[in-house]
Amino acid sequence: MIPAAFEYYRPTDMEGVIALLQEHGDDARVIAGGHSLIPMMKLRMAEVPHLIDLQAIEGLSGITVADGTISIGAMTTQHDIINSASLAAAAPIMKEAALQIADPQVRYMGTVGGNVANGDPGNDMPGLMQCLNAKFHLTGPDGDRAVDARDFYEAAYMTEREGEEVLTAVSFAAPVGGYAYEKQKRKIGDYATAAAAVQISKADGKVAAASIAMTNLSDTPVWSQTAGAALVGADCGEAAVKAAVTAMLSDIDPTEDNRGPVAFKRHAAGIVLGRAIARAWSRA
Amino acid sequence: MKDEITREERVAGLKGMGCSRKRVEDARFTQGKGNYVDDIKLPGMLHGDFVRSPYAHARVKSINIDAAMALPGVVAVLTAKDLEPLNLHWMPTLAGDKQMVLADGKVLFQGQEVAFVVASDRYIAADAVELVEVDYEELEVLVDPFKSLESDVVLREDLDPKAPGAHGPRKHHNHIFTWEVGEEVATNQVIDNAEVVAESEMYYHRTHPCPLETCGSVASMDKVNGKLTVYGTFQAPHVVRTVASLLSGIEEHNIRVVSPDIGGGFGNKVGVYPGYICSIVASIVTGVPVKWVEDRMENLMSTAFARDYWMKGKISATKEGKITGLHCHVTADHGAFDACADPTKFPAGFMNICTGSYDIPVAYLGVDGVYTNKAPGGVSYRCSFRVTEAVYFIERMIEVLAIELNMDAAELRRINFIRKEQFPYTAALGWEYDSGDYHTAWDKVLKAVDYDGLRVEQAERVQAFKRGETRKLMGIGLSFFTEIVGAGPVKNCDILGMGMFDSCEIRIHPTGSAVARLGTISQGQGHATTFAQILATEIGLSAESITIEEGDTDTAPYGLGTYGSRSTPVAGAAAAMAGRKIRAKAQMIAAYLLEVHDNDVEFDVDRFVVKGAPERFKTMKEIAYAAYNQAIPGLEPGLEAVSYYDPPNMTYPFGAYVCVMDIDVDTGVPEIRRFYALDDCGTRINPMVIEGQIHGGLTEALAVALGQEIAYDDMGNVKTGTLMDFFLPTAWEVPNYETDFTVTPSPHHPIGAKGVGESPHVGGVPCFSNAVQDAFRPFGNRHTNMPHDHWRIWQTANDLGLHG
Repeated sequence: MIPAAFEYYRPTDMEGVIALLQEHGDDARVIAGGHSLIPMMKLRMAEVPHLIDLQAIEGLSGITVADGTISIGAMTTQHDIINSASLAAAAPIMKEAALQIADPQVRYMGTVGGNVANGDPGNDMPGLMQCLNAKFHLTGPDGDRAVDARDFYEAAYMTEREGEEVLTAVSFAAPVGGYAYEKQKRKIGDYATAAAAVQISKADGKVAAASIAMTNLSDTPVWSQTAGAALVGADCGEAAVKAAVTAMLSDIDPTEDNRGPVAFKRHAAGIVLGRAIARAWSRA
Repeated sequence: MKDEITREERVAGLKGMGCSRKRVEDARFTQGKGNYVDDIKLPGMLHGDFVRSPYAHARVKSINIDAAMALPGVVAVLTAKDLEPLNLHWMPTLAGDKQMVLADGKVLFQGQEVAFVVASDRYIAADAVELVEVDYEELEVLVDPFKSLESDVVLREDLDPKAPGAHGPRKHHNHIFTWEVGEEVATNQVIDNAEVVAESEMYYHRTHPCPLETCGSVASMDKVNGKLTVYGTFQAPHVVRTVASLLSGIEEHNIRVVSPDIGGGFGNKVGVYPGYICSIVASIVTGVPVKWVEDRMENLMSTAFARDYWMKGKISATKEGKITGLHCHVTADHGAFDACADPTKFPAGFMNICTGSYDIPVAYLGVDGVYTNKAPGGVSYRCSFRVTEAVYFIERMIEVLAIELNMDAAELRRINFIRKEQFPYTAALGWEYDSGDYHTAWDKVLKAVDYDGLRVEQAERVQAFKRGETRKLMGIGLSFFTEIVGAGPVKNCDILGMGMFDSCEIRIHPTGSAVARLGTISQGQGHATTFAQILATEIGLSAESITIEEGDTDTAPYGLGTYGSRSTPVAGAAAAMAGRKIRAKAQMIAAYLLEVHDNDVEFDVDRFVVKGAPERFKTMKEIAYAAYNQAIPGLEPGLEAVSYYDPPNMTYPFGAYVCVMDIDVDTGVPEIRRFYALDDCGTRINPMVIEGQIHGGLTEALAVALGQEIAYDDMGNVKTGTLMDFFLPTAWEVPNYETDFTVTPSPHHPIGAKGVGESPHVGGVPCFSNAVQDAFRPFGNRHTNMPHDHWRIWQTANDLGLHG
């Protein structure tokens, strides 16, 4: 559990980060909280000759809620998410989800940016960001751009982010209606066996809009448009929930691991989603 | 002189047996000031690291160390070829087998030690490991012991397939031993003619003790004075010294073995590992100290697995439920080498305690040990030798028999318990249980949890479930266990020929404080607290004035170490006996000082008083001073004693546990609503320490029952090599435990104590497992294997058709 030798950089501005990324190419990685990257380096599964720490760069952390838009800097920790009153008011699903990530020690260090940018299918924030239809803000040698969370993930650890780009923030419109983040895991600190992020808005006793994403059931997060659509116009009764679950189950593609065989994961995914929808609806 | 304080206050001031004295160790542990092996830094110390096999079975065609040696800072790379001239490329195991220290021609399990890199810096050593080039030729892998016994593939090419092993004839080249206890013919006759027979097959999965501190050692060979010092994670430092002397040829007086603070053992640190040998050889070769400390993955993959028993049972009874016979066969997967840590004559430990707490007239146990391509080990994870397996077996057989009889499992236990008046009781498989009162304990627990009420609630829940009103089932887990701890006696039990006695040496200082040294070694048990309490009561000096030292073979008397809950039964007895020798001499000194006959004074808490004249006394403090400054006719100066205690029998702690669990059949998630644990460990030395031990043992029982396993794939790859997948519960997963006790002293132990550290693990595993299985009993479940993690519970529900 000892990493290979690496050079450590602590630039103070983004220009410095991008210059290092350009200079070292694939041999360089940026590090935020380090709770995914450092274990991989210690296992020597990730070799990073040039490690660029983002801690000293100003303006990368913080939560702003303005004009119905929420913006969260990449270096904002899960602990910050949990303790932000304005965020809890504007997007309570963020706190509910962050409280289910790892344990307090990890949450003091682990960041939103690291969680979404790493592309680990087990991370909770990517699915949540897809549920919220967030935008990821990237900075690179050619300037800034934004990518939809729903378009960001290509495969496990493969994303739309170019090698010389840095993810600097996420932003999304303040969600309306009821919400739920439901996660089944084996123990504290574990990745999800299945997790679901659900936002539902209500009008006239019926579902006006619904957005549903799930985590760790494929090599990317799964936002299922058809699952959400199955709820719209319904009263969120048994048939509608069943239709949403059926739609989601045709979009996920879990693999067997120590959490269990595929049949179990599919069953658990349906249960977790059903519970998330019920809770979100009860809050809508 | 009138005494200002009352007798009660004098008793309280001793902080002796029975008081919840706070642990003296915790001041340093809670401040991060413990001194563990990895804290030891010696001048010029080098660091070792292993090249390990990625394959479970392969021939080692060549090892090229050139690139590693070329890395600046690398001092040496040892392979089997380098150890062979010293005859240290193999080492004897505790089970009479031998084990490769470094791969000698082939590797037999994933993670096996292939080469040992020694470098000036821990990081350079890790880099050099990557540079050692090993050319492997993969061989067919055997991870299933049943297939191994039928395979033409020879795992152990070093063994003559026709020659007997350490425990008698071998049936096959991958077979290790057959061990039989009891009367097979008579048992089969009873079972064949019985009114009711229940059968079950169960797999007790492979798991691991996983102490927070992994294994490690620092060896320092002083070539000037010829003295070797080894610091290490040793649960039995004196045995390590003897083994090191026998293997190295260094005379034993020139070897000093030190166990510093140890961060948990649970059996993981009983055995001798290649890392210890390699650090010693490397220090001898380089002439400077060499440290080796394994990381978490190495710990889980290569040192000391536990369990891995495939058990097959038959139990017979009358229609009324009186048990008439028990048959048990075990196929024991020992991995690549038989390195089980058991007393020499017991290749399956004390598995023959498998008749449990029940009066069973006739029984048979057969165990076949088998080689596979898995890591060696076979340690007793928080239990006396294989007792957890034995108790799990009988407590499952009882449940299966209850199903067969359509009887309540609590009542079935009650009518078969060994009765109070039957003690000392000789079981069908040979053990003599010292004392017990099982019915009292059982009734107390069932009443405390309102057992009848729980069964009513459970029946209502089943109906509600069938009506579709809930998706949660309720399980009531029962277990009653009898432990067998405190090995010796020497006539039965030895480790590599060393009789399993233990020892205590006491020196009283002139001002009335003391130091006591013992042959055991605490790994968190709190010996420095509790042994001082035993002595305080025995010699009348406050526990606060008694220092307990263990673990340094240059100062501590020879002992067999700490495992199998033997410290209190054996070393605790030695402490009491040594204390009584102190008291005997103190009595003579007191009589001299009081100018009366020896028999005219008697011991009273902290002093000797003249019989019938309590105002005339000498305190132990005064006596200690007199021992050093008065010329007393017929007595040597000083006040010291030593005792080597060979116990006449084991001790047999017991307990009754109930677990109430709610199980979500859709997700497979179990919620523990209640856990009630009654333990009888005989005389109680420190109730707070006992409670801590029970919480710890139950938590490790929860871990094993609900998820903790070392799993392999078909290629022999370890699937659970990190704490992400190897379940180590946190406070979050652990329920609130309710503890209770009865006190049935051991009749043969000087203070009546029996030992407690492992009981909760032994009794806890079947209790958690029975709770899960009981929830599914109304739907036809007879037995499902542990670990009961979410998907396996879900699978049980699915197999029973509960998912619609």
